[in-house]
Amino acid sequence: MQGLKISLPGVNLLLAAVLLVGLGLLAGCSGAPGPNGIDDPYEATNRRIHEFNRGLDRALVGPAAKGYGSIVPKPVTRVVGNLAGTLDLPGDIANDLLQLRVADAAQNFLRLGVNLTMGVGGLFDASTAIGLPGKPTDFGETLHVWGAGEGAYVELPFAGPSTVRDTVGTVVDIALNPVRLVLPPREAMAATGIKLFSRVGDRDRFSETVESILYDSADSYAQARLLYLQNRRFTLARGKEAANDDDFIDPYEDPYAE
Amino acid sequence: MLNDTSLSRRAILAGLAGISALVALPRAALALTAEQAQELVNKTVDEINSIINSGKSETAMLGSFEKLFTSYADVATIAQSVLGPAFKTATNGQRTAYTSAFQGYISRKYGRRFREFIGGKIEVAEARAVKSYFEVISTAYLQGEAPFEVRWHVSDKSGKSLFFNIIIEGVNMLASERTEMGALLDQRGGDIDQLITDLKTL
Repeated sequence: MQGLKISLPGVNLLLAAVLLVGLGLLAGCSGAPGPNGIDDPYEATNRRIHEFNRGLDRALVGPAAKGYGSIVPKPVTRVVGNLAGTLDLPGDIANDLLQLRVADAAQNFLRLGVNLTMGVGGLFDASTAIGLPGKPTDFGETLHVWGAGEGAYVELPFAGPSTVRDTVGTVVDIALNPVRLVLPPREAMAATGIKLFSRVGDRDRFSETVESILYDSADSYAQARLLYLQNRRFTLARGKEAANDDDFIDPYEDPYAE
Repeated sequence: MLNDTSLSRRAILAGLAGISALVALPRAALALTAEQAQELVNKTVDEINSIINSGKSETAMLGSFEKLFTSYADVATIAQSVLGPAFKTATNGQRTAYTSAFQGYISRKYGRRFREFIGGKIEVAEARAVKSYFEVISTAYLQGEAPFEVRWHVSDKSGKSLFFNIIIEGVNMLASERTEMGALLDQRGGDIDQLITDLKTL
């Protein structure tokens, strides 16, 4: 209890600071993106952080994920993933409401109810099995819906590729996560632990893809940046036509016009 | 008499239709329809599904993927577009050698990605015309994963209907291969011959 009382103002202060800095950067850097729609004024710093992240993955996260994936039985890693997904739902619902996406909020609310009951407290993803797939979202998306621009590309230590807008979103999601605010400190820590293990599990599940980007590409920084921005824009566009037009590259522009 | 005139009129009409068909032929032959684009992707996807569920060894699968790429993708155009300006300054011999090395490289790389779909399947949903090409939308269903979208861009500008780009959840093959090839060439100080040699082992 005491820990909670002491830490809350600190979190709020940090949150306010990040929001201020972030919004300032958003306002300042809504400038013209370069080729491929990439706006990366902090490239030199970002590249140093990328090298740090790569080293971290090579030495620690990658091997830990392999160990986790090979030692812990699949059903257990799946349960951890399901629990983490269910723990994300209250935050998803809050963001759905802030985005005025009532149908998504309702679906996530139903998922929460079904997973907590039929899914035995979130151990099993019973909702997906009955045709209620997840509708994950985050505060970065909320900012997007509210009209905030993407801002510059940034690579965050530990967390990896992001943008200024998504960084602000991540900080807000962590600080104001309803689960963390409602649970007593020890349970909140356990929830954070489950999420971390779930991330490690993801690293193992997608290891071939992650490793092909980090270790097999000629410029892993540029590949990760492109991949993140394209995928993020695709997710935020939610199947709208506007996003698809950006996808179009015409390789026939000059090939046959020699 | 009546028969004759009607016949000759029909003949003239047929003749006219024939001429206009002839005039329109070069275009008509090239005009790709959404159905044809979808058919191409259907065939491609059927083959991917059969390769990933064949239980073959990795080497055998990668061989099958290379065959698939050469039959259904416009590899020459993809190769040229990916190399960009450096292709223009290359000699004819370098262009040929690069295109053939690229064919193996891209087939192995994307073959490995598709190999991760083992046990899953891809389903084609719809095709639509966008600008000068067709976009075919499909969904990949993998075990224990949320379904995700794979889009195919199809064109007949090469004289045959072939796909020239794959976009997986917004991630664009041409864009990421341009970035990759640019970096590979930079690392070799712009030496295309070195790039060609190394592409064979990548």
